[in-house]
Amino acid sequence: MGAFLLRRLLTAIPTLFVIVTLGFLLLHAAPGGPFDGEKAMLPEIRASIEAAYHLEEPLPLQYLRYLGQLARGDFGPSFQYRDTSVNELIAQGLPIDLTIGGLALLLALLMGIPLGVVAAAKRDTVWDRIGVAFSLLGISIPVYVTAPVLVLVFAVGLRWLPAGDWGGGAWRNLVLPVVALSLPYIAYVARILRASLADVLHAPYIRTARAKGLPWRTVILRHALKPALLPLVSFLGPAAVGVITGSIVIETTFGLPGIGRFFVDGAFNRDYTLVMGVTVLYGVLIVAANLVADICYAWLDPRVRLE
Amino acid sequence: MRHPIASYTVLGSVLLAALVVPWLSPYDYATPSWDALDLMPQWADGHWFGTDDLGRDLLVRLMWGCRISLLVGVLASLTSLVIGVGWGVTAGYAGGRTDAWMMRAVDVLYSVPFIPFVIVLTVIFGRNIVLLFVAIGAVSWLDIARIARGQALTLRQREFVEAARVGGMTSAQIIVRHIIPNLLGIVVVYLTLTIPTVILIEAFLSFLGLGAQAPLTSLGVMIAEGAAQLRSRPMLLLQPAVLLAVIVYCCNRIGDSLRDRFDPASLQDRGSGHG
Repeated sequence: MGAFLLRRLLTAIPTLFVIVTLGFLLLHAAPGGPFDGEKAMLPEIRASIEAAYHLEEPLPLQYLRYLGQLARGDFGPSFQYRDTSVNELIAQGLPIDLTIGGLALLLALLMGIPLGVVAAAKRDTVWDRIGVAFSLLGISIPVYVTAPVLVLVFAVGLRWLPAGDWGGGAWRNLVLPVVALSLPYIAYVARILRASLADVLHAPYIRTARAKGLPWRTVILRHALKPALLPLVSFLGPAAVGVITGSIVIETTFGLPGIGRFFVDGAFNRDYTLVMGVTVLYGVLIVAANLVADICYAWLDPRVRLE
Repeated sequence: MRHPIASYTVLGSVLLAALVVPWLSPYDYATPSWDALDLMPQWADGHWFGTDDLGRDLLVRLMWGCRISLLVGVLASLTSLVIGVGWGVTAGYAGGRTDAWMMRAVDVLYSVPFIPFVIVLTVIFGRNIVLLFVAIGAVSWLDIARIARGQALTLRQREFVEAARVGGMTSAQIIVRHIIPNLLGIVVVYLTLTIPTVILIEAFLSFLGLGAQAPLTSLGVMIAEGAAQLRSRPMLLLQPAVLLAVIVYCCNRIGDSLRDRFDPASLQDRGSGHG
């Protein structure tokens, strides 16, 4: 187990390396620097600011310096928010993203798994058709549509819930963002589980279980469900990516101060260090999600040895 | 699975309307009309869907939005087709260590968060619609590359490829004349599933203000505009939202049925995780 973890962590390094390098090159290829928007500066002042941020150094040197910083877990100072480090901004924003993203994934599993089981158990009936149609609809309607519509119905129309704002993480403020973010994932989870469960139900050991006289309910819940969950586990990686991009929209729509907002603002204002920091963080989150997925996979499927 | 005839019909109608309506309508998508601001839908002036806050005809703008969304969808998918098939076929045909390294690179790229990079790209290089679809295409070729590689791997062991090699064709000739034509069918089936994904990415970027630029519009832009005026005129949000959902739904439905029909080996349902 230890060796497996170590090897997985080692293979994550090239991924992070690609992210950092690509991001660094792109941002420095950008025309215009972070301080162009300011009112005209004396050349001396400009030079000293740029020296403070090491912007006058040759690119390879800046790159190495940045890698060195990252290795120490330091994302550097933000260009846009003076006197604030990117680490501090991330520390402010990340809990919000983790709360919303985590709750959304949880809700997706809680709703999607039963839906998928029902669709697979009642395969080729009307229920199945309806379920398939709805889950395809869920995938086809993106978060930036469902979020405003939910606001319209539940905040503007019915006035049950606030239309936005973090509100210190009160549950009333959380409901709409979490539901909006989770809807497509409920659909994905149901779809994936329906397909894999239908596959598993053709296996000989299921026929054996049926032949023993076990009722369908027991066969599905006790015998078929666990192996059928495997594809769902591998979906965890892509789901993490989706929740991250989705949370950018959610934060914009609901006015939440998460890192997605910082990211979009930073990209517009050429806040190199902030954009890079968030991108690297996203990469780390995705790598971590994939790692967790692999561990769960091995735990669920004893045939996969953690070697 | 049966042919999803309804989806074909609906998608065809939307396509037809998107092509024909702006051409037939007396209004265009860009010119503001100061005496027709915020009109409700009406038959009299031909503003069947009403006008927006600058007096522009909503029906025409919606149809232009469809044009842009579908155009970006198709062009970006073609970009991903070219890159993906090129990469995958090279890896699969070469085999051995080259294949291992090239597919390792694809694995690495799979866990790169691409949306942030596309955002950075569009910010850096200006909001150019051509750049937009190249950028989206450049980040959505990974699935295609995997499929093309798998196909190339089996195709290169077939007798007709061997015969071509014995006959003195070079590897490049074999790839172009024999490998690519044979795997294109299955790849195109998967391409139909790339199109809705790409349409959603474009709408997402437009929603953030990074896609099509005013006065040109796209469904994502109109959704963002509608979301901003949600309280006063919810229809401004609902119209483009429904249209986008219908287009993406039909594309997904058609893609699913084509995949089940032509690729029975992969009945598994792979999720692609984007918002």
